[in-house]
Amino acid sequence: MSREAWIMLICTWSVIIFFTARFFILVLKTPQRGADDPPPQ
Amino acid sequence: MAEKKQQWGTRVGLVLAMAGNAVGLGNFLRFPAQAANNGGGAFLIPYLISFVLMGIPLLWVEWAIGRHGGLFGHHSAPGMFDRLGKQKWLKYVGVFGLFTNLTVAAYYAYIESWTLSYVFHSLIGTFHSVSPTTFFPQYLGEHANSIFALPGEAMFWFVVTLTLNVWILSRGLEKGIEIAAKIGMPLLLGFGAILAVRGLFLHTTDPGVVQSPLAGLGFVWTPKLSGLKNPSTWLAAAGQIFFTLSVGMGSIHCYASYLGKNQDIALNAASAGWMNEFVEVVLGGTILIPIATAYLGLNAVQAATAGGSGFGLGFLTLPTLFQHWGWFAPIAGALWFGLLFFAGITSSLAMGQPILAFFEDEYKVRRTRAAILFGIATFALGFICVWLYAGGSFDEFDFWSGTFSLVLFALGEIFIFTWVFGIDNAWGELNRGADMKIPRIFRFVMKYVTPLFIAVVFVGAVFKPSGEWGDAIVSLFTGHGWPFAPDSVIGKIFHIGVTNYVWFQNGQPTKDFVQDLTRMILLGVFILLSVLVWFAWKRKEREAAQ
Repeated sequence: MSREAWIMLICTWSVIIFFTARFFILVLKTPQRGADDPPPQ
Repeated sequence: MAEKKQQWGTRVGLVLAMAGNAVGLGNFLRFPAQAANNGGGAFLIPYLISFVLMGIPLLWVEWAIGRHGGLFGHHSAPGMFDRLGKQKWLKYVGVFGLFTNLTVAAYYAYIESWTLSYVFHSLIGTFHSVSPTTFFPQYLGEHANSIFALPGEAMFWFVVTLTLNVWILSRGLEKGIEIAAKIGMPLLLGFGAILAVRGLFLHTTDPGVVQSPLAGLGFVWTPKLSGLKNPSTWLAAAGQIFFTLSVGMGSIHCYASYLGKNQDIALNAASAGWMNEFVEVVLGGTILIPIATAYLGLNAVQAATAGGSGFGLGFLTLPTLFQHWGWFAPIAGALWFGLLFFAGITSSLAMGQPILAFFEDEYKVRRTRAAILFGIATFALGFICVWLYAGGSFDEFDFWSGTFSLVLFALGEIFIFTWVFGIDNAWGELNRGADMKIPRIFRFVMKYVTPLFIAVVFVGAVFKPSGEWGDAIVSLFTGHGWPFAPDSVIGKIFHIGVTNYVWFQNGQPTKDFVQDLTRMILLGVFILLSVLVWFAWKRKEREAAQ
């Protein structure tokens, strides 16, 4: 596997893993509001 | 007794169900073949740009339309679109949200049933003695010179799969779909991770291995930058984003419609969308091609993915290659087809729920009955795909329902949401209750860039040339006309490339007949659904007047 391929793979995977983890952790940390609760301020 | 109003049990359950809806067979079979076929690593650049400029905005739009419609008691697209403006025609745009789900579910459930059957056959060791290339045509009941097939075993697994779908759907959102996603998604990730690690650690000293699997990985990831200048690469990348995210179907709208007025959609949509990308790019790109390359060599894999589909590699080649893995072979087969099954069922459930919701909301049909109705309709349409598989009926379903309708519906919905409903209302709807701040640039992107992006994909599909785009333009301006590709929309409609177009030959129906018959059936389904929508609204008007 060439150096360019490794760079492409590592860069793309990093971006995807970063955003997947970041958003999913936020989902886990932020409790779901009830259907009729007021929106956040 | 009235049924309890449905809602999601947990936030994680909703995100997993939405991600499960997006993660499908295409993540593991279509993506690696498309990437390898369109410039390798260079494909990933337009792919990620399309994801940010078209995929994510479309996800937000569909979640917002869904939650907005749900506030008015509508959980299927016709009712949701009816609430986006005063125009009476809006609800008929929503018919696409029923049509696409129903007709795609018909052939998708059939493929899903293959994966379930392949899990069984992997475990009992069928592929140890029978080559999948021999097994598969027999399984489909294909006979030489016949366009008809009535395969007993394939029908059995199709019915089993449909029954399972109907049963889960009849249990409702929280106890059915959500539990299926909470079981299916972690298993899918686990199965994928095991296969990816096993595949990447194959060594040239292992029995049967002819080349390092990293050569296959390199084939997918080496950036061939010349591909960036080719419009076909951009169209392929944008097309893949469409299929992988399950946008333009009406299923995302449906799931989001069970959220409350102030419950977040911005973060949930982003999380589900990126999770799909993780499964597709990180897992999907690491299993099929590296393993196939290790045993077949790069040249054979390049030839096998030349059409942009990994179907042959996934169903015919991989089960054979697993036989090199000794005692692990049946388990590897079960893991591979098991992950495809979980990817499939979490998507087919999402296709069923909008149909159930339509009959529940607009015709007051009870959930269990609506689920059975969906099962019967899917079986009837799926039977056409089974019976006329060799005649090309399956491909017609895939093209008109699974490709063309998605793009058309997405184009309609983005225009209606940002221009008819209005960008101010749309932006307010999207941001209400948001647990993340959406960059304001997306307001501009949603109004101008995303519609333009989809319009280009649509025009690209309609006018796709048989060769390169540059050559086609030269051909047009030198008076030789536009060379439509046989698989362009125009090419399909006018049977371009078919030399001897006849419906019957020697008293037997031909493939041309099957293609036209399938198209007429699909058109008939669309008209029938439109009539059902018209009738439901007429009935409501009558009830309101009384």
